Amino acid sequence: MISPIRLEKRGYLPTYLHILLPLLSVVFGLLFCAIILQLMGYNVWIIYGEMLKGSFGSKFGINDTILKSIPLMLSALGVSIAFKMLIWNIGAEGQFCMGAFAATGVALFWTWIPPGFVLPAMLLAGFVGGAIWAALAILPTAFFKVNETIVTLLMNYIAIHWLDYFIYGPWKDPNGFNFPITAMFPNHALLPYIPGTSIHIGLIIAFVAAIILYFIFDKTTWGYQIAVIGENRKAAAYGGLNIIKNIILVMVVSGGLVGIAGMVEVSGVAGRLQPGISGGYGYTAISIAYLSKFNPLAVIVVSFLFGGLLVGGFSLQAIGLPAQIVTMMQGAILFSVLGFELLTRYKIRRARKEVL
Amino acid sequence: MSSSMMIMMFYAAIIAAVPLLYAAIGEVFSQRSGVINLGLEGVMLMGAVTAFSIAVQTSSIGLTILGTIGVGILLGILYGFLTVTLQANQIVSGLALTMFGTGLSGFIGKDITGIPSPIVFSKLPIPFLSDIPVIGKILFTHDIFVYALYLIIPISFIYMYGTRYGLLLRSVGENPAAVDVVGKSVPTMRYIYICFGCGMTAIGGAYLSLVYSPSWLENMTAGRGWIALALVIFATWNPALAAVGALLFGGIDVLGMRMQAIGIDIPSYFIKMLPYAFTIFVLIVSTGDFGKKSIASPKALGIPYNREDR
Repeated sequence: MISPIRLEKRGYLPTYLHILLPLLSVVFGLLFCAIILQLMGYNVWIIYGEMLKGSFGSKFGINDTILKSIPLMLSALGVSIAFKMLIWNIGAEGQFCMGAFAATGVALFWTWIPPGFVLPAMLLAGFVGGAIWAALAILPTAFFKVNETIVTLLMNYIAIHWLDYFIYGPWKDPNGFNFPITAMFPNHALLPYIPGTSIHIGLIIAFVAAIILYFIFDKTTWGYQIAVIGENRKAAAYGGLNIIKNIILVMVVSGGLVGIAGMVEVSGVAGRLQPGISGGYGYTAISIAYLSKFNPLAVIVVSFLFGGLLVGGFSLQAIGLPAQIVTMMQGAILFSVLGFELLTRYKIRRARKEVL
Repeated sequence: MSSSMMIMMFYAAIIAAVPLLYAAIGEVFSQRSGVINLGLEGVMLMGAVTAFSIAVQTSSIGLTILGTIGVGILLGILYGFLTVTLQANQIVSGLALTMFGTGLSGFIGKDITGIPSPIVFSKLPIPFLSDIPVIGKILFTHDIFVYALYLIIPISFIYMYGTRYGLLLRSVGENPAAVDVVGKSVPTMRYIYICFGCGMTAIGGAYLSLVYSPSWLENMTAGRGWIALALVIFATWNPALAAVGALLFGGIDVLGMRMQAIGIDIPSYFIKMLPYAFTIFVLIVSTGDFGKKSIASPKALGIPYNREDR
C-alpha cells in the first residue's frame, strides 16, 4: 500500500514555525483535554472560561499569575541547562525543596547574620541547597554511568520526607498551635516588593538569571561545550572535553537555580516553610523547559502562560473541580509538543504518483 | 524476632512486591521491544483509580479487572502513538504520561476519595499446599492477584527465552532493522508490547487500591512506578529475576514498617525514605560501570525505529 502522504526530511526549520509550532501544540493539548472533559460530562466552556477569568481576567488574577510564574521561571531555567546537555534532571521538585530548606535554615536560625545580609545569604543558601542535592543525584551518573532519570526522580521523594521531618519536628513553630509550619520569617528575611506593585523582586532575580543563562548559552565557550556534549557525548569526549566535570558542573548550576526558586517561594510568598511548598513546580518546570526548547528567553514567556494555567486551576476549585485538571493539561500539552516535534524534523508532502 | 513474626514479614513482603512485580514484568516486555516507558507511575495511578471507581459502581470483579486492563491498553496506545508512530523522545513522553495519569486520576477520583472498597478480595488458602509448615503460610494463603503472578512469572520467562515470539521480541529490541527485513512489522510489535506493559502496570495499580490498602487516595502509588522501573534494570530485563528483585524491594518496604515494632526508634520520615534510598543504592550497585563489563541493555532501547534511517 502506498500511503497518501509522505514525510520528507527537513534541512532547517523556518523561523515562523519556531513560534507557530509551540503555539499549535498548546492549543492542541488543551483541545485534547477538552475532548476528555466533554466525554466525562463536563462543560468545557465553563471550565476554560473560569480558568481564563481566574488567571488573566482581573488585575488580581494577573498578579497571582506573575507570582506563580516566578518559581516556574527559575526552576525551568535550571532544568533547561541540564536538558540542553541531555542530562535528564527530573529532580527539580527535590532541588526546589532543598533550596527552600536551606534558605529557611538561614532565615530562622542563623540570627548572627546582620539583617542587611540575610537575604543575600538566603539566596546563596538556596543555590547551595539545590546544588548539593542535584550534585548528589548526579555523581553516580558522572562516575559510574548510572541512569540519572530514575535517581534524580527518586531523590524528590527523599527530599519531601526530609522537609516534612523538619516541619513536623524540630523546626515546628513553638507558637503555631501545633500546625506543621515553621515560625514566620523576620521581616528582613522577606523579599521586598517591586516598588508600586505587589510582586516580589524574585521576578527580577528570574530575569537576571535568564539573561545570564542566555549569555552563557550563546556567547561563552562553556555554553558551546554544553551544546556539543548534548549533541554527541562521545564526539565531545573524543574532542577533549571533560565530560565528568561538565556533567557535575551543569547539574550544580541546574540544581542551584531550582534551589533559588525554592528560596524565592519561601521568602517571597509563603514567608515560612510549610508542607507541599514545592507544589509540583519542579514537574511543571520540565514541561516549560521542553516547550521553550531550552531557550532562556522563551522560558520567561512560557512560564507566564503556565503560571496562568496554575492560577486558573486553583480558580476551578471555587466551582468544585479539583486543581489536578491542570496536571492533566500539562501532560496533554507535553504530549502534543512531542507529537508536533515530528513536524520540526519532517515536511509532510502529498505523495506523488510513482511512475512505474 | 519470633518465628511467627518472621513468617508474617515474608508474607507481607510478598504482598508489597505484587504491585511492583506486575508493573516490572510488563515493563520488561516493553523495554525488550525497545521502548522505555517512564510513564509507569501515571499508568499505575490510572489503573488504581479505574479499578476502584468501577468496583464502587458495579461491585463486579470481572468488570473491574477488564476495565482496568482496558484503560491500561488505551494509555499504551496513546504512548505507542507518540513514541512509535510519531517517534517522539521516550524520556519526555514518559514524563508526560506520568503527569497526564497523575492529573487525570486525581480528577476522576475526587468523588471516591476515602470511601471503603465494596469488593473484598478474600484470602484463598490453596488446599494441601497451605498446610505445609512455614512455606504454606507464606506462599499459599494469598489472593488471586498473587496466584496469577505464580503463573505469569514462569510463563513470561518461557515465552521470552523459549519461544519463537520471545526470540522475535528480543530481536526487535536489539536490532529492529533485522526484524523488519524478515518481514515482521516493528511498529506493530512495539505497540503490542507497550500495551501489554501498560495493562500489567494498570493491574499493579488496581492491586494497590483494591487489596493493598483498599481505598483511593490521590498519588497513592507513592513512586512505585519509578521503583518498578529501577527493578527492570536491576533484573537485567529478565522477568524471573524481576520477581526476585520485587521480593527484595517488598521486603525493604515491610522492614521499614516493622522497624519501630521491633524496637528501633527512627523518626517515621526517615523510614519512609528507605525504599527510595534503597532503590537508588541498588541501581548504583547493579548498573554502575565499575570498570567491569557493562550491563547488557537492549541495544535499540529508547531509539525510535525509522525504516528510512536504516
